[in-house]
Amino acid sequence: MNFLSKEALVEVKNLKTYFYTEEGVVKAVDGVDFEIYPGETLGVVGESGCGKSVTSLSIMRLVESPPGRIEAGEINFDSRDLTKIPEKEMRKIRGNDISMIFQEPMTSLNPVYTVGDQIMEAIILHKKVDKKEARRQAIDMLQKVGIPLPEQRVDEYPHQLSGGMRQRVMIAMALSCDPQLLIADEPTTALDVTIQAQILELMNSLKESYGMAIMMITHDLGVIAEVSDRVAVMYAGKVVEYTDVDTLFEDPKHPYTWGLMNSIPKLDKDVDRLEAIPGSVPSPLNFPEGCKFNTRCPLAEGKCFEEEPPLEEAAGHKVRCWRYEDLEEIKKRGERIYEDRGVQK
Amino acid sequence: MAENLLEVKNLKKYFPVKAGVFKRTVAHVKAVDDISFAVKEGETLGLVGESGCGKSTTGRTILRLLEATEGKVIFDGKSIMDLDKKEMRAVRRDMQIIFQDPYASLNPRMTVADIVGEPLDIHKLAKNKQERNEKVKEILENVGLGEEYMNRYPHEFSGGQRQRIGVARALAVDPKLIIADEPVSALDVSVQAQVVNLLQDLQKEYGLTYLFIAHDLSVVKHISDRVAVMYLGKIVELTDKKELFKNPIHPYTQSLLSAIPEADPKKKKDRIVLEGDVPSPVDPPSGCRFHPRCPKAFEPCSVKEPEFKEYGDGHFAACHLLDK
Repeated sequence: MNFLSKEALVEVKNLKTYFYTEEGVVKAVDGVDFEIYPGETLGVVGESGCGKSVTSLSIMRLVESPPGRIEAGEINFDSRDLTKIPEKEMRKIRGNDISMIFQEPMTSLNPVYTVGDQIMEAIILHKKVDKKEARRQAIDMLQKVGIPLPEQRVDEYPHQLSGGMRQRVMIAMALSCDPQLLIADEPTTALDVTIQAQILELMNSLKESYGMAIMMITHDLGVIAEVSDRVAVMYAGKVVEYTDVDTLFEDPKHPYTWGLMNSIPKLDKDVDRLEAIPGSVPSPLNFPEGCKFNTRCPLAEGKCFEEEPPLEEAAGHKVRCWRYEDLEEIKKRGERIYEDRGVQK
Repeated sequence: MAENLLEVKNLKKYFPVKAGVFKRTVAHVKAVDDISFAVKEGETLGLVGESGCGKSTTGRTILRLLEATEGKVIFDGKSIMDLDKKEMRAVRRDMQIIFQDPYASLNPRMTVADIVGEPLDIHKLAKNKQERNEKVKEILENVGLGEEYMNRYPHEFSGGQRQRIGVARALAVDPKLIIADEPVSALDVSVQAQVVNLLQDLQKEYGLTYLFIAHDLSVVKHISDRVAVMYLGKIVELTDKKELFKNPIHPYTQSLLSAIPEADPKKKKDRIVLEGDVPSPVDPPSGCRFHPRCPKAFEPCSVKEPEFKEYGDGHFAACHLLDK
């Protein structure tokens, strides 16, 4: 499918979201650019602290302020800049045009209301229908997300449902107002793998029937491969690689992406040792000078420590690396770039 | 062939469910319900299953951190279920555990030197303070942490480093068996590989035997020699890892394998998506526990419990289909 011919649904430009804490300024999102096209799934992948969740909260304007603040940039949606519009207008968009589901459905559902009440709340608020109609629509939604006996389940409380069922309820709630964009922040991370398969399948089929776009945030490259059309790889508050899913997995250009892919064991391939990326993600309070990956990158040299590379166009990719061409050479030679760091003797 | 270091025979662990004013036992959670397996010296046995299948309870019951309801655990040729506290303590020198959450399993008020040194004190493995420090230093070095970290506290470390401290603590007493209970699942992807590599190196170096408990099948496949799959308190399939991933014979294993999202967008798998959720272990389904979700269930499945037996060279499973 070629989404690029259409006009972008969401356009994030140079987004910066900072948190002002006692220890200093945390630059959680520090100049992020990407687009989401109608009907596509954009996968956003990265490890904890890379800024993927804060990016999505910024789009929803749910960043807690203080200490957080959208410092700069644009989020263009439906010919409006979401960073500029008043809260009242944002409230009409939130839950209506853009909805969100979270990792832990139990903490996002209110334990003292039935699931029906919670789904109806959104419907009544945005669709201006009466209670009876809202209830009918809520039952209808529960049915669509595959909850058995929806007429009965609608009057149950969240604790009476299993984890997978709760996530289905969250999806029903998010989709009840027919959004153009669904932001899913690690929606299957807390679920078992057989339940995860159910939820991913459900999301894919709902995407088709509703024609909405999905922004899928996850740390799991398997989930990314499964659902995404295009992918943005994030590291330390920035997008480091951005391309379509096939190209990304076939030919990763950033050393970080390359490392991530080789550090997970594959089911269909046996290797003696995994290629582990050394060290850990730097603290956002003191990111290194130059490229932020330079503390862990085996290719880092000279310029990498001085100047931050731009997100550059490279054969169907966008990649933020000074040395991606050198990585290309190494890949051609079939070598590993990450040294083994196990027992140090 | 290597000797069995650990043998588990008909192990059961039931937790009472209490209710009412007098806290009478009204039911039991059958967390582990009659499982048997053996771990050979020097091998890694992977134990996989979804949450609530009883894999962690199995690990803890083997170490007698939880007392078994029934069954036998034979470690190094000795039954350990009847040992008294003192004897058990001596055995624990040879069997250690690494926990999932490196944040919760390290005492925040102790320095790294004390955390790793404590087992040395308990088992009286160091003659004096100097020798203890020397040993701690050596162990920390072996897990990739330098001397300079010795006097720091757990909060000063990242998740991956903390897990290294947990590994160091287990290694301190020079054990034969390490039960690793989800040792990498709380870590970031790029750090997981570091810890997996470390565990493999240490195994080679010290001839360790691992019982590796995890829910992530790809990690289990990478590190294990043989794999046991658990479902609702039972082992449903156990075999060599290559055989298991190439030729799974239990329908649960088949669907579990097909459910894993693979990091390859070109691969569109024929997925067996299971219906429904894992039933409650308080009142498990009759017959085969998997039958309400099993796409291949037939008449005997809801009535008779399938026997766990061998189907060809070391490939064990419990399923009526295989006798059809």
